[in-house]
Amino acid sequence: MSPAAVPGPEVLQIDCIAEADRVARWIVDTVARRLHRRGLVVAVSGGIDSSVCAALAVRALGPGKVFALLLPERDSSAFSARRGLQLAQYLGVEHEVFDIAPALEALGCYRQRDEAIRRVFPDYASQWKSKIVIAGGTERGINFFKLVVAEPDGVLHEARLPLREYLQIVAATNFKQRVRKTMDYFHADRLNYAVVGTPNRLEYDQGFFVKVGDGAADLKPIAHLYKTQVYAMARSLGLPDEICSATPTTDTYTLAQGQDEFYFALPYAQMDLALWSLNHGVPAAQLGLALGIGQSQAQRVYQDIAAKRRSARYLHAPPETIEPIGGPES
Amino acid sequence: MQDIKVEVRRYIEDNFIMGASGVTLADGDSFLEHQVLDSTGFLELIGHLEEAYRIKVLDDEMVPENLDSLQNVAAFVVRKRAA
Repeated sequence: MSPAAVPGPEVLQIDCIAEADRVARWIVDTVARRLHRRGLVVAVSGGIDSSVCAALAVRALGPGKVFALLLPERDSSAFSARRGLQLAQYLGVEHEVFDIAPALEALGCYRQRDEAIRRVFPDYASQWKSKIVIAGGTERGINFFKLVVAEPDGVLHEARLPLREYLQIVAATNFKQRVRKTMDYFHADRLNYAVVGTPNRLEYDQGFFVKVGDGAADLKPIAHLYKTQVYAMARSLGLPDEICSATPTTDTYTLAQGQDEFYFALPYAQMDLALWSLNHGVPAAQLGLALGIGQSQAQRVYQDIAAKRRSARYLHAPPETIEPIGGPES
Repeated sequence: MQDIKVEVRRYIEDNFIMGASGVTLADGDSFLEHQVLDSTGFLELIGHLEEAYRIKVLDDEMVPENLDSLQNVAAFVVRKRAA
């Protein structure tokens, strides 16, 4: 495609089955020859990414060498858990459901979060619901976060989050991803398996994961695929309809929260196109035409992607050392 | 305005640059482009401005034109205090 052309959804089209086979071959080689493990643990959320990862793991190694974990907690949706269970049964893999709420309770996850929320909304009580939404960004240039709370009768309140409260809420909710990862590795160690990380390209590139939480894994088989491609692969692999049509959510906060509300500037299909366009040198004017937005807003989308990419460097980085340490390879 | 610029520069240097080698910041340099502040850093800067200068930064005012250089911050604080 020439840089002057307007990119459309066709730029993200792939031969899903050929790609699934390529990924499956890579998984076999990686698990057997690089990681030296006997199988794979996949934490299944009921969302599209973990479902496709589990299906690819089974395609690579067969159902007998894949262990699926379902790790619900107090705020995760029952629909997600049902879809996760449906997937594990559909794939015919051994699986376990383990409620991590008592562990999170003991660690202070919910208490620390609610304490920070009450510093912003003193009347906030246990029956209320909450979420964080992103603001600013593509409209004006500097991202910030708002806290939205809902009273039991549905009345909404919204306020900009001061830094201290924002950091405490995020730190507390990050317990969820980190406790889940602890469970992944318990089973991986017990079975001598490797752990699958499930980010798609958008999440991996833009840092939409928790460091040493869902960001930790031994292999990430769909990190090169745009979210649109992951959905297409799910359909090609024949995964259940309920999974293929699931709307992406964070499943982390008590109020329903789309991923684009929390982190991304645009809905995923448009974000995919924007990221692809940036990666392929498409000028902002052409991206604007593709998305139906003005050139200056498209330019801000590019700037937002670049800014998140910079922030993601910290999330991806291994621990720093003053000099390379180890054998000849380093 | 010069006083504000000097104070904010000191704040940025103490809290974000922390004496790191090779980092210089001109009055008009973008914090974002020079990777001195990220979005969390801006929230921290805003908290500092609100506390130190007893101003309230509104959501609509969180734009680069007000906050993304020492020059812009100083001019913004002067305008807010005069309002």
